[in-house]
Amino acid sequence: MRFIIQQTLNALQLGSVYALIALGYTMVYGILRMINFAHGDIFMVSTYLGFFVASFLLGWALHLPMAVIFVLTLLLAMFGTSLLAVFIERVAYKPLRQAPRISAVITALGVGLFLENFTLATIGPEPRILPQVVPVINFNIGGVAVSSIQILILAISALVMFILDTIVRRTMTGMAMRAISFDKTVVPLMGIPVDRIISITFALGSSMAAVGGVLYGIAYMMDPYMGIRIGWWAFISAVVGGIGNIRGAMIGGYILGFVEIFVAAFLPSTYRDFVAFALLLLLLVFKPTGILGMPVVEQKV
Amino acid sequence: MNRRWWLPLILALLFLLSILLPHFGILNLYLQQVLMYVGINIILTISLNLVNGYMGEFSVGHAGFMAIGAYISSLLTVWVFPKSWGPFVFPLVLILGGLGAALAGLIVAFPSFKTRGDYLAIVTLAFNMIIKSVLENIEAIGGPRGFMGMSKLTNVAWVYVWVLITIFAIRNFVFSAYGRGILSIREDEVAAELVSVNTRQTKILAFVISSFFAGIAGGLFAHVLQFINPRSFTILKSTDVLVMVYLGGIGSIMGSILGASIYTILLELLRPLGVWRWVVGPLLLVILMVTRPRGIMGLREARWLLPAEEVQADAAVTS
Amino acid sequence: MPLLQVRGLTHYFGGLKAVANFNLDLEPGELVGIIGPNGAGKTTVFNLITGVYRPTEGQILLDGHNLVGLQPHAITNKGIARTFQTIRLFKDLSVLDNVRIACYSQVRYSPLAAFLHTQRFREEERQTREEALRLLDIFNLRRYAQAQAKNLPYGEQRRLEIARALATRPRLLLLDEPAAGMNPGEIQRLMELIQWLRREFQLTIILIEHQMRVVMGICERIQVLDFGETIAEGKPKEIQNHPRVLEAYLGKGVA
Ligand SMILES: Nc1ncnc2c1ncn2[C@@H]1O[C@H](COP(=O)(O)OP(=O)(O)OP(=O)(O)O)[C@@H](O)[C@H]1O
Ligand SMILES: [Mg+2]
Repeated sequence: MRFIIQQTLNALQLGSVYALIALGYTMVYGILRMINFAHGDIFMVSTYLGFFVASFLLGWALHLPMAVIFVLTLLLAMFGTSLLAVFIERVAYKPLRQAPRISAVITALGVGLFLENFTLATIGPEPRILPQVVPVINFNIGGVAVSSIQILILAISALVMFILDTIVRRTMTGMAMRAISFDKTVVPLMGIPVDRIISITFALGSSMAAVGGVLYGIAYMMDPYMGIRIGWWAFISAVVGGIGNIRGAMIGGYILGFVEIFVAAFLPSTYRDFVAFALLLLLLVFKPTGILGMPVVEQKV
Repeated sequence: MNRRWWLPLILALLFLLSILLPHFGILNLYLQQVLMYVGINIILTISLNLVNGYMGEFSVGHAGFMAIGAYISSLLTVWVFPKSWGPFVFPLVLILGGLGAALAGLIVAFPSFKTRGDYLAIVTLAFNMIIKSVLENIEAIGGPRGFMGMSKLTNVAWVYVWVLITIFAIRNFVFSAYGRGILSIREDEVAAELVSVNTRQTKILAFVISSFFAGIAGGLFAHVLQFINPRSFTILKSTDVLVMVYLGGIGSIMGSILGASIYTILLELLRPLGVWRWVVGPLLLVILMVTRPRGIMGLREARWLLPAEEVQADAAVTS
Repeated sequence: MPLLQVRGLTHYFGGLKAVANFNLDLEPGELVGIIGPNGAGKTTVFNLITGVYRPTEGQILLDGHNLVGLQPHAITNKGIARTFQTIRLFKDLSVLDNVRIACYSQVRYSPLAAFLHTQRFREEERQTREEALRLLDIFNLRRYAQAQAKNLPYGEQRRLEIARALATRPRLLLLDEPAAGMNPGEIQRLMELIQWLRREFQLTIILIEHQMRVVMGICERIQVLDFGETIAEGKPKEIQNHPRVLEAYLGKGVA
């Protein structure tokens, strides 16, 4: 039992990261109907950004309190990552909006490979860990080990996801986003600035990934390949939840977190991919558009 | 009209060269290797183009089919047939590998009846991951360490022959009623059904043929490298093939030939850059896609690849 | 025996009753019109007959054989062809290929013969091409044979859709608002064309049309739908002055 609770905590921790990244896939898909394959690598870059910001702030003999450094790291990583994502959208995706949908997907693959290998070439392949910006305190609750890091990850993820959900549901921008994903053709007629909404979507999606990236960097090792490794799992999370659906992405992230941790707990780790993808296929057989995805509407003839 | 005689002549001449140049050591081993990779990539690209370009689906698991062909043919040459038979049974072994891959293609075709677009892409992605994962978990064939012991049965001439077979088989198929059925699915699946195209039959054909040739490519690949492991057939390999398809242009065999050749050779030329080659390569790809979103050929076909009947009849139509 | 018998055809989209208890008996050679205001369920009737949707209830019989549950291409092969309200050509393909695709089920050669381009393959391909070109001639489209369908002028695209439908060798032709977007001159020629085709190809035709003068001019029988229900049927003259039809078209209080 204790083992199960312990693993559940680990699953929630990993699931939070998947959920945060999955949001970016789902938001961009919702608005552009495009799978942004570069998103996993944007997450990777955000972790490195966090690494440099934190190292810089710590090295700076300012003796800022840890909490301030942590918050600054988080905010600057979010800001930098958003800039990068918006820049990529403007330069690489926007010219392709009228082109076949696939061209943008291939371009995204190219951008992802570029980011990955650029990081590899400039920073190197060796794994790194974020300098300590959070005091590590271990609690023991009834034999279950809980660290301050774990609590922080769960709490911050929940908070930012709540904020995002509120933005999308309550603000004018959020409504415009939903309007565009509903029907792109009529939206300009309603006076919605489509370009700006798309940029905001990329910015929001990538800042979520940046939160995920910094939190990931606190708990795990980072390396240039993690964009692909983690990115795929996050992408599947988005699909499982129903791609295009924001709450679905969050649910999907936690589901994948559980799948990964519990498969690894009971089976050789090489079975991990197999189980995850077999589950994915099964799910798609019974719920072809994911857990919260829109039902397939009959095509109008 | 005179194009009828020079094409076979050139192709035959190239065949002779593919035997003689390596034989007399004019092509060193390195160049031979590059040529073989170019050929294998052409086969992969054309076969994926059938599903993604001509039929307009988005299959992202081509390396999965390649893996099946590679493993089946390697197991056959290493375990089943005596080593000395190798060169003689090689074509048979490749075909058996191709058939194994085709069977997997048949299975993947079924979800395509109901799902399209992104969800079908995810199904093929999952297929690729599952194949890799299964291979990693079968200890008997080496598990994650891979499988070796194959002789170097692939040579430039064999690759060339299979490239020609692929080009002309798929060209002929595309210019038939079945091929036009495949095109009509890309254009408008519902309308296709309503003008009598059996879209299920057509989809099965496309997936089966496409995966058959991917399996052949896998077999050739395994017998160049003489060593395969599950990591050679990940989604990254599939991505490579996707890139070559869209770089060359969908719905064009010439596009696939160009896309595969340029991409393979370019990455070779960039080799002196070391790690930076994987930075420059993707960057060039992005620049190319942004400036030429429909690839190099963009739905057009080279004239020498059009069947004589079509060209002659076209002249008759316009006159 | 009637060519087509439709009995109690009903279809729901979710909670929306798009077609309610639709009945139709069609004798060979007839030309019947279906009219009704927007959203009345006319196109849905075509979609049900051609197998795009499976009806919630009801029977559809062709020569007394059931069609419900068959895939659309199988229904087409039994002799029902159609055009679409909004043009659905294969836009990026040539005009010739648009028509040749509709000959899909007439070829008898195997995929293997296609790989090898055998003698038989070539012979059948030649026939297909000739048949397609003959149809293009009839519709005065031959000079566009190599053009991409999307580059044709609008009226030509409409005609190409009919040519493509005929390439499946139908006995029953379903035309969904063929005159939409045409000017009076074009409409006049279209009416003549439809009547000529009917004689030449011995077709039975169901015509959905908004333009009253088209239906009134060439149909022998008219069925009027409103909110999925058949509210009137009969000869053009009878329909013209039918109180429920006027009500449906002009609103309550007029009749
Ligand atoms: N695929 C679909 N899903 C949901 N509702 C549909 C679908 N197709 C049609 N409908 C609805 O069914 C009703 C009948 O539509 P239908 O297209 O048959 O009308 P119609 O008589 O052809 O109208 P029009 O004259 O505008 O072409 C309409 O309310 C329409 O909105
Ligand atoms: Mg209609």
